[in-house]
Amino acid sequence: MKQTDFEQLHQGKWQAFAENVQALRKGQPQLQAVQHFAQDYRGICQHLALAKQRGYSYPLIEELQQLALQGHQQFYRHKSPALQQLIGFVVVGFPATVRAQWRSVAVASALFFGSLTLMALLTVWFPDLIYSLMSANQVASMENMYDPANRIIGPMSARDHQDDWVMFGFYIMNNIGIAFQTFASGLLFGLGSLFFLLFNGLHIGAVAGHLTRIGYHETFWSFVIGHGAFELTAIVLAGAAGLKLGSALIAPGRLTRANALRDAAKISIRLLGGAIIFLFIAAFIEAYWSSSSSLSVTTKVTVGAALWALVLFYLSYSGRGRYAPQ
Amino acid sequence: MNANLTSAPLAPGALLDTQVYLETPEGIDLPLRPAGLPVRFLAFAIDALIRSVILILTGIAWLYMGKLGAGLASISTFLLLWWYMVFFEVLNQGRSPGKQLLGLQVIHSDGTPVGWPASLTRNLLRFVDLLPFAYCLGILSMINSSRFQRLGDLAAGTLVVYQAQAPQRGALPEVPARPASVLLTLDEQRALLDFAERHQQLSSQRQEELATIIAPTLHIAPSQAVPGVHAIARSILGQV
Repeated sequence: MKQTDFEQLHQGKWQAFAENVQALRKGQPQLQAVQHFAQDYRGICQHLALAKQRGYSYPLIEELQQLALQGHQQFYRHKSPALQQLIGFVVVGFPATVRAQWRSVAVASALFFGSLTLMALLTVWFPDLIYSLMSANQVASMENMYDPANRIIGPMSARDHQDDWVMFGFYIMNNIGIAFQTFASGLLFGLGSLFFLLFNGLHIGAVAGHLTRIGYHETFWSFVIGHGAFELTAIVLAGAAGLKLGSALIAPGRLTRANALRDAAKISIRLLGGAIIFLFIAAFIEAYWSSSSSLSVTTKVTVGAALWALVLFYLSYSGRGRYAPQ
Repeated sequence: MNANLTSAPLAPGALLDTQVYLETPEGIDLPLRPAGLPVRFLAFAIDALIRSVILILTGIAWLYMGKLGAGLASISTFLLLWWYMVFFEVLNQGRSPGKQLLGLQVIHSDGTPVGWPASLTRNLLRFVDLLPFAYCLGILSMINSSRFQRLGDLAAGTLVVYQAQAPQRGALPEVPARPASVLLTLDEQRALLDFAERHQQLSSQRQEELATIIAPTLHIAPSQAVPGVHAIARSILGQV
């Protein structure tokens, strides 16, 4: 068949398919057109193959290639209802990923909580140690934050109580930024995540040890225990995600480094997605609950301990059911 | 997912270029054109400009809103810094405003529009591409990769390609069709077709020059070289 006849015969179908694809791209598909989309798409692919094989001219082939590519993009796109996906992720996907990646998570926890505990103990025994991490000014302002005489405690104590919004914004900006850095720098063969995990562990440990030693433990621990359940876990998970990236580069196994990295990134980003959700919750608790001074220390510690139990229970058991939605 | 991307050209003797071919389950090869460093730098610069304008304008608005404004200011900075690219890429067919202006698009390496996990991965790992300064690692990775992928793209399995433009089809010159007096192979037929279809882009002297080379083989009189080749092209196409 000559090209002109071929075009005349099929032009109408191509036109209709192009309109259909445009409607799909805009998200307003016609029900009737969608029903025979697969058939139409295969038709376009067949016409393209024919056109190439019969040596039709380049503009025609290019036009058909574009139609086929656009059809391909709509036909094979990764999409499902966003809300359903999110719920599935929170209930099953995220905790299941954490459990499946228990090795990275264990290493990251050991690095972070290990350095934190060690530094806290060392600071109690050797008080001067804190000045190797922080300047005298920083130590003074930190002591000021958690002074039991304050009406409001925490990093925002200098402002007054109407500033919940300011705090919420600050915590989101600051903490999620730290988590992102901890994750992304894992691409440097895991060194970045290692650094940020140890750095944050040492820093928090030094502060905790110092404040406990000088007798501010009630204000400090009651402040951090609530949101710490989510925030510290999130830092560990972001670090675990980063270490996973790094280990794919160091020991790619039987894959090429690029392929190993891509496989690892697919898993890591799920860990990080969960960490982001945790950090939003943490910022909320930190701004509206932890910094409040009208609550008694006992209440805060009890609720805080319950939150830790909740987080651990959620990560260990959620989504284990046989009929859990995927 | 990536195994079906080949950089081997389809037709033997195809030009050496940056095009990569995506083999689909339907058994056809679709060409993709990865975008290189300069155009992506420009797209990034446009996005940076848009972001700073938004930041300044909203910053002024927040100033008048007191403490609520201060909170909103850090939240909006956070969104612009980390989420601007992700939101646009996922919700606008893989195109941030800068990319859209320059006709670029982010896609998975299987050709489909980029989704949440991949977009988040590539944009968070931008932090490493930035190191040690001015995107050094990203640039090294891009010029070292046949598909211009920075580290974030490599990890996320994405690439930035030119969006295909609708091809311009010029009408063939108006001469009566005449079948060729010799048997032509497909490649030869297509070469003659290309010559006729591009007649508006070639100067008449150049057309003359090219047609004169081929005229004796096709048994066309040298004086009638150009219209003669056009006539054969029309008959190949099936026009009268």
